[in-house]
Amino acid sequence: MSLAKRIIPCLDVDDGRVVKGVQFVDILDAGDPVEVARRYDEQGADELVFLDITASSDNRETMVHVVEEVASQVFIPLTVGGGIRELSDIRRMLNAGADKVGINTAAVNNPEFVRQAAERFGTQCIVVAIDAKQVSDGKWEIFTHGGRKATGIDAVEWAKKMANFGAGEILLTSMDRDGTRDGYDLALTRAISEAVPVPVIASGGVGTLEHLVEGVIEGKADAVLAASIFHFGHHTVQEAKDAMSARGLEMRALDV
Amino acid sequence: MATVAVIDYGMGNIRSVSKALEHVSGDTKVVVTHNAEEVLRADRVVLPGVGALQDCVSELKRLGLDDVIRETVCNKPFMGICLGMQALLDCSAENGGTEALGIIPGEARHFADQLKTIPETEALKVPHMGWNQVHQSKAHPMWQGIKQDSRFYFVHSYYVATKSDSVVSATTPYGFDFTSVIDRENIFAVQFHPEKSQHAGLALLANFLSWDGTH
Repeated sequence: MSLAKRIIPCLDVDDGRVVKGVQFVDILDAGDPVEVARRYDEQGADELVFLDITASSDNRETMVHVVEEVASQVFIPLTVGGGIRELSDIRRMLNAGADKVGINTAAVNNPEFVRQAAERFGTQCIVVAIDAKQVSDGKWEIFTHGGRKATGIDAVEWAKKMANFGAGEILLTSMDRDGTRDGYDLALTRAISEAVPVPVIASGGVGTLEHLVEGVIEGKADAVLAASIFHFGHHTVQEAKDAMSARGLEMRALDV
Repeated sequence: MATVAVIDYGMGNIRSVSKALEHVSGDTKVVVTHNAEEVLRADRVVLPGVGALQDCVSELKRLGLDDVIRETVCNKPFMGICLGMQALLDCSAENGGTEALGIIPGEARHFADQLKTIPETEALKVPHMGWNQVHQSKAHPMWQGIKQDSRFYFVHSYYVATKSDSVVSATTPYGFDFTSVIDRENIFAVQFHPEKSQHAGLALLANFLSWDGTH
């Protein structure tokens, strides 16, 4: 084994601006996606996820420009999620310089969309984002609308179906843990990771560097996503990598 | 002014490739094109690509670029990236068998088919996605300034198996050592994405822009 585990900072973007308080010291404009992306790139982030949380679809075009700007200055993989509903949305993001797109609600509404997207653009760029909540011991279900709307779909079965339909990767968020800083839902992460043949990104709940380590060792995740732990400057990506390396995980060293 | 043509046949991350080249291009002009004349005029050529090989090859043929590539690989520095590497082979196992350009003898095979024959590799995920080590099997001007076993970013489900070992320029371990770079004369083709591989990737692209096609 020498494929490195990945650390992926996630940025929420609203109408072209990074929100949810990125608080780096000495950053000129913490709302500028390009500047924030460059900072994470310098710290050794292995990929970046941009989540477009713009409410109005009129402002979707703004995200395309954000991706263009970031992709012309930061040379690591970029995933863009939020508002991806049609094949033309995917084409636009890939043309702008995104490497992958995250599909969430549109997949729940129409699973065939994932199949069509994978056939058209290749499985390598189709990330299916799954928001799951525990409903009983060892059982999780898919929720949409930021965890408010239940679908009755079993999360493990859904992940298997999505991989089968052509998802090249699963971005798994525990809605129970998201924002809690209590750590990933390791049982959920492990259940999905062991059920699908494609890579799984753990998300939701990171509060410490140890949580990242757990996500890989106990959750069997291939990559770990976090937001606030990095945004607030509590830890750098490099510190996270050092912590993971110290526990025997293979990480990419920053070669400058 | 020297030019590098990035062949645009409507698939994948052409912009990422051209942006990364522009970042290191210096005096070289980066031309993104599907025009045969422009490709033939360029001093060096990059064939990028992600997605399905069948679509890639049929688009190249439709645009009349297959013969342009055959001519180009004989007389100027040529770099294939990801699908642009696999397109050089005879064929791929994709879709039950897809014919490619037949420039380098070999075929693309699915990882899962190989991994299931190797004990204790069943947990390895496909696509092979992320930063993995590239072990340079021989010296080449393209590796200048790039450390042995540097990590590059990969994302693919099929891997290249060439008929001859002499074209293998680097290998990468994923359950087994697969061929991640091939080279022959003025061809240098990589399975990973230099345009997404940060410092090491940009260094490789910069080397390509100064490589004269000899060894």
